[in-house]
Amino acid sequence: MSATHIQLDSHGRLLHFLTVEGLTRRHLTDILDTAESLRGVAERRVKKLPTLHGKTVVNLFFEASTRTRTTFELAAKRLSADVLNLNIATSSAVKGESLLDTLRNIEAMQCDMFVVRHEQSGAAEFIARHVKPHIAVLNAGDGRHAHPTQAMLDMFTIRRHKPDFPHLQIAIVGDILHSRVARSLIHALNILGAGEIRVIAPRTLLPAQVETLGARVFYDPGQGLRDVDVVVMLRLQKERMERALLPTEQEFFQRYGLTEDRLALAKPDAIVMHPGPINRGVEIDSRVADGPRSVILEQVTNGIAVRMAIMSITLGNHARPAGGTV
Amino acid sequence: MRDAESLIEAMADPLRDLLAARGIAEPVLVGIHTGGVWIAERLRQRLGIAAPLGQLDISFYRDDFSRIGVNRQVRPSELPFDVDGRHLVLVDDVLNTGRTVRAALNELFDYGRPASVLLAVLVDRGGRQLPIEANVVGARLKLMADQEVQLTGPEPLQLVIQQITL
Repeated sequence: MSATHIQLDSHGRLLHFLTVEGLTRRHLTDILDTAESLRGVAERRVKKLPTLHGKTVVNLFFEASTRTRTTFELAAKRLSADVLNLNIATSSAVKGESLLDTLRNIEAMQCDMFVVRHEQSGAAEFIARHVKPHIAVLNAGDGRHAHPTQAMLDMFTIRRHKPDFPHLQIAIVGDILHSRVARSLIHALNILGAGEIRVIAPRTLLPAQVETLGARVFYDPGQGLRDVDVVVMLRLQKERMERALLPTEQEFFQRYGLTEDRLALAKPDAIVMHPGPINRGVEIDSRVADGPRSVILEQVTNGIAVRMAIMSITLGNHARPAGGTV
Repeated sequence: MRDAESLIEAMADPLRDLLAARGIAEPVLVGIHTGGVWIAERLRQRLGIAAPLGQLDISFYRDDFSRIGVNRQVRPSELPFDVDGRHLVLVDDVLNTGRTVRAALNELFDYGRPASVLLAVLVDRGGRQLPIEANVVGARLKLMADQEVQLTGPEPLQLVIQQITL
């Protein structure tokens, strides 16, 4: 059984959210529509819904992250859940406790949801296979494999600006090879029927047979950015340079960095996205990142509503008896 | 099947009188999705209320989330006015257990502190499980436990009574 299967119950409902791969358009639009209903909560006097009152959500982060953990935490709190943040990298892992032992211990604290980030691909799926049946597991990023909630907040942001998916051209620029964001994004765009997905990167930062994912490959942003509606810049991780996959940051910026001149090749109303945190002057110029077409901060805001949607859908499906009406 | 328009007409006068008796000059109507919104919009027109309609979707406030999960048809709640100090009229199609109204009141108070809240319903079918009563009622129906009353619409608005299997 793959991650795709383990995250669904026998009626095809989402029990965990591990990957967008293998999900249907209906799964994704349900998440997006639910998130749309949750977006307004942030603008009210009381930024809280009683939906997950009495539930306990554990942020299980084996890899450092500020933004993702914070937005998951806020999402859970806005649904009235209690939240426990465990930074395993700095606690039991160094004492030699195994992943399963850690899991059993936290389970013993009567939790309802694990939000997992781990440097190893497949970690969230492993946990989903071993937790008690009432617990929902959300993947907050596993190795190079997937970052499905990021992909969904990107879909949500794109849909709010450009709802006509079949006619969209989307360019993803940068380190595709090491990016779980890019992989999840490409899957989600394909499921939602996006017109054309382009990846723009140097050969050393492209996975083998990237075309099989359903993306058109460009090595030159001068061609790849032409007439696109959406530009997604990826974070360039500095450790890649140390492994000689890349020349210097300056050279990368020269060849691939998103400047106002390059952005001018895209459609006049194109939007610029980035999963954050941004490297100014490496993959993106400050004038673009802070410019009128950037929706980078909006992505952060949308991430809360989208995560609220995924949390309430998965926990809601755990609650409903199998065979109940959908 | 019954014509709902005549029942709404029957609600308009009592509601107008009640608001006048309470000295409420500028009420705001808030419909509960979906049927309540249809009724509230018609009442708003009949009463000549200029203020825009509020719409509540109480899905995230239901007390049975742990049994039924997320409602797929959920829509955004919209209250396009400041709730603080306003006199609100909550409008729903069918009043039964009172649980929907409880959820709606909780949601309203997360937007602010209204001066007052009245409740107007098209049909009161009894069966209350909470201490909630409507101020204005279009019709009171006596139904069997295996009967369900539903408002279909928006055009035409009709009340449908169905046998259900328990």
